Amino acid sequence: MHTHALAEQAHAGATVKANLYIWFGLIAITGLEVFLAYEELPPTVMLTMLMGLSLLKAFMIMSYFMHLKFEKFTLVLWLVPSMIFCIGMMMIFFYPEAYRLLQLRPH
Amino acid sequence: MHDVKTDVAPLDSAWSGGAPPFAMGSKKLGMWLFLVSDTLTFSALLIVYSYSRITNPDWPKPFPMYPAIVFSTTMTVVLLASSLTMVMGVMAAQRNDRKATVKWMIATMVGGLAFMGLHLREWFHLIEEGCTITHNPWGTPQFGAVFFGITGMHMTHVLIGVIYLGIVATGYGRGKFSAEDVEVNGLYWHFVDLVWMFVFPLIYLMSVKY
Repeated sequence: MHTHALAEQAHAGATVKANLYIWFGLIAITGLEVFLAYEELPPTVMLTMLMGLSLLKAFMIMSYFMHLKFEKFTLVLWLVPSMIFCIGMMMIFFYPEAYRLLQLRPH
Repeated sequence: MHDVKTDVAPLDSAWSGGAPPFAMGSKKLGMWLFLVSDTLTFSALLIVYSYSRITNPDWPKPFPMYPAIVFSTTMTVVLLASSLTMVMGVMAAQRNDRKATVKWMIATMVGGLAFMGLHLREWFHLIEEGCTITHNPWGTPQFGAVFFGITGMHMTHVLIGVIYLGIVATGYGRGKFSAEDVEVNGLYWHFVDLVWMFVFPLIYLMSVKY
């Protein structure tokens, strides 16, 4: 298939209106994040909330701006689970070092 | 003589070749693979930073509302706006409107340059206060290293993105590049934006001075 035809097929569902909604959504979530930063929450709670919102933003950017929502689903199945697996492995293997840092701190 | 039935697929089946398995060109697929590998690079940096941040209760909080948080929030909005202009550029390229595509891509480059200008101003502000990659006047020594390391890595990506945009915009305007090249360029730019969506809350918002 010609590459131009492939590109047109991939963009069949994305409209200017949909992209604008996504953009305003991203701005609103950024505002919420700044608001949360001044709530003086414990670092672990703050980190969890901010990362949750960032993951939501990443999902919106990948789905609409990067058109992953309109690509063949096999691409998503090919890329995303392997990426999540690798990130999960990093979190698991880095954790003992972080825990050791906490234990070695002078009290 | 009996007819022999075979399991050989007809020539026009999906297995006979000639049909891209993900219905996209090799450039776009290559960019997606690169972005996955780059995601893992940034993930390693950000995970290490997150663990360091949580395990150090005396982590410095050097970012007051003005100028640090106002500037970094403005940078976020500018980068998001540049992503929107890139989306418009890709759409214009799909319509084969070369003039509009180049205009939107130039607008994206301006956004990227504005982001870098604001970020460098923030960097120089911290350096003036004595914070460098090896020294931190507010305590935990890792702060300067992770701040300049992670934001420097991201800013390098923004700089490469601006140069990449300039090359593709020039080539597309002259008819040397296709709409697919613009789209692949767009994927890279949106990735730079996506990474900042993690850097901004982790580096700035987790270290707000109340």
